Amino acid sequence: MSDKIIKKEELQDFLKALKKAHEVFVPAKEKDFYRFNPLTDENKGDLNFTNTRLSPKSLLFPQSERIFEYTLDEESSDAHIVKESSKDYPSTVIIGIRPCDAKAMRLVDVNFNNPEFKDPWWVKHLESMTFIGLGCNEPCSTCFCTSVGCGPFNEEGLDVLLFDLGENFLARALTPKGEELLKQGGVDKDANSGLKKKADELKIEAENKISSHVPTDKLKEKKVDDLFNAPFWDDIAFACINCGTCTFLCPTCWCFDVQDEITKKQGDRIRNWDSCMFPLFTLHASGHNPRPEKVQRVRQRFMHKLKYYVDKYNNGVACVGCGRCVKSCPVNIDIREVFSLMNDL
Amino acid sequence: MIEYGEKIREIAKKILEEKKVGLIIGFKKGTIPMMTEPVLIKDGQNLDQLYWDSFCNMNLANYLPKREEKIGIIAKGCDSRNIAVHIVENQIKREQLYIIGVPCKGMVDRRKINYFLADKEAREVTESDEDIIVKGEGFEHTLKKGDYLQDNCTKCMHRNPVIYDDIVGDLVEEREEPDPYDDVKDIEEMGSEEKWGFFSNLIKDCTRCYACRNACPLCYCPTCFVDESDPQWVGKSIDSTDTVTFHILRAYHCAGRCTDCGACQQACPMDINVRLLTRKLNKDALDLYNHEAGLSIEERPPLDTYKPDDYDEFIR
Ligand code: SF4
Ligand code: SF4
Ligand code: SF4
Ligand code: SF4
Ligand code: SF4
Repeated sequence: MSDKIIKKEELQDFLKALKKAHEVFVPAKEKDFYRFNPLTDENKGDLNFTNTRLSPKSLLFPQSERIFEYTLDEESSDAHIVKESSKDYPSTVIIGIRPCDAKAMRLVDVNFNNPEFKDPWWVKHLESMTFIGLGCNEPCSTCFCTSVGCGPFNEEGLDVLLFDLGENFLARALTPKGEELLKQGGVDKDANSGLKKKADELKIEAENKISSHVPTDKLKEKKVDDLFNAPFWDDIAFACINCGTCTFLCPTCWCFDVQDEITKKQGDRIRNWDSCMFPLFTLHASGHNPRPEKVQRVRQRFMHKLKYYVDKYNNGVACVGCGRCVKSCPVNIDIREVFSLMNDL
Repeated sequence: MIEYGEKIREIAKKILEEKKVGLIIGFKKGTIPMMTEPVLIKDGQNLDQLYWDSFCNMNLANYLPKREEKIGIIAKGCDSRNIAVHIVENQIKREQLYIIGVPCKGMVDRRKINYFLADKEAREVTESDEDIIVKGEGFEHTLKKGDYLQDNCTKCMHRNPVIYDDIVGDLVEEREEPDPYDDVKDIEEMGSEEKWGFFSNLIKDCTRCYACRNACPLCYCPTCFVDESDPQWVGKSIDSTDTVTFHILRAYHCAGRCTDCGACQQACPMDINVRLLTRKLNKDALDLYNHEAGLSIEERPPLDTYKPDDYDEFIR
């Protein structure tokens, strides 16, 4: 672990140097909100942001991704043979990812990359990425990362963590990949002990600024059945319009659907984001739907994040406290309240 | 508008006590500034949750279809029109409802305020008759409500509820807008290439989450065409053909039924103004059939009406 200094006016040089060897994504404001866009001559990025509207998961787990293809052309010798789509996995650097989102990528990795199953596309995307995170000097009132094993300067999942110290960034390399990248970008000036101290203070200050807290301590010991049959689900679900916004924006939601799409004789097998909020998600071929009502779908979302995941992986909750669902749910269903209801049942 | 809250609670208490209704559908205060949550109140205990301010922007008519109970429901002008549409379309019976009308002064658009704040966070938002007071870390702004209304509210011609059983305040003056459809006319004037470019750009960020559809009271089909799976009608990937298909079909299904309540636009997580599609159809319904949706509980929407003496020969 080493601490280097990047002067703010030299940030663009650093990014340019990285661009020579990697694809670089930076937060950029388009319309009224931020998203991760490729660094170009026009798009220099903007680190004065709170967070992106959509989480960066789409960079590793695109909303629609072709995974296999085939031809229906009977003349062709490989008619009907399903083949993996060839794909490039260029080395990619994500600049400015927030610590919650970086942790979320680790959390999704638990599902897509474990001794039992390896999702080859996820694994290759993740391996091709380097994450240069930006700590949060000013957490939002909807951020509750410190309650769920994360924090505004959490290091998990990051290769480099940037501390915004005003005139300079302190760049803390956390992995050999991160060290290498800083070297490549021409960042070699060591931070003096004064700046290191300032960075550590910034971290504590930011943690103390987190104003939103949720209880999680009793989730594990609760009985699944008790939570499943709890009296509060109807109330929580009443307002929900089952729109899926919460799941599409969430960095930890990983569910997908696989669909074949055929254009003339070319067949594509595409993996698409899906959502437990949609009735179609559980519709069986027989026509039976085990989750026919919205209350069951709402319960599933929260039970998955706050109970099933907790029990299955013994790794905390499947939520990093980014607050996206809290901010964007059109009817203000607030997961922080559900944390309390479930934990304190 | 904040003062309506007390009157709403008073009426709700009365009709629950008199057993005129078994439940109330209204709004409760949100957990974050500029948000409210639709709420269902079953008994007197939770009555004090009922709340009103300039951010009660979802359309409560959305929560009515297929309910069997007797319901007290809070309704702004647009909600009341969507309730009327539901009644005409047999989604709910007039006798089941006790409509608590809210003369509406327009809903304030939290996105416009957030845009003004340019990524600074509003920590506390309060309102007076004319103003919205927004406080955050190191700033305080007093903004004129009129400058931050939802787009649809700036063009709304029916702010007073069209049907109601009780009303929470004096009726407001309806505006005399010279032309509520000037924005649609601008688009109508574009060439077809330009139009295609305009709409393609409008929906380019669409994630097909269908929040716009689900926020809309008109979309009550048991299975939406985009969810048909046997056979599948619309692809599930974000291929632009499928996204365009969804948007055009959704809009057409609302033709002659849409009240321009704005719930669809407000629900979209990607800030897409899908109303630009429905508004053209509203304008057509007005121009061609002299019809505005939900102004009466007798008149059926023009596109599901058949008249043997129709002036068009091809349909007779
Ligand atoms: S964003 Fe809100 S309304 Fe939409 S599905 Fe999620 S909880 Fe329900
Ligand atoms: S559940 Fe909500 S707060 Fe938690 S990670 Fe997902 S979007 Fe963020
Ligand atoms: S559309 Fe009209 S009635 Fe509806 S919220 Fe806006 S101003 Fe009020
Ligand atoms: S289409 Fe939009 S504006 Fe029209 S009724 Fe539905 S939600 Fe309201
Ligand atoms: S709510 Fe917005 S993002 Fe979702 S389907 Fe509608 S237009 Fe697309």
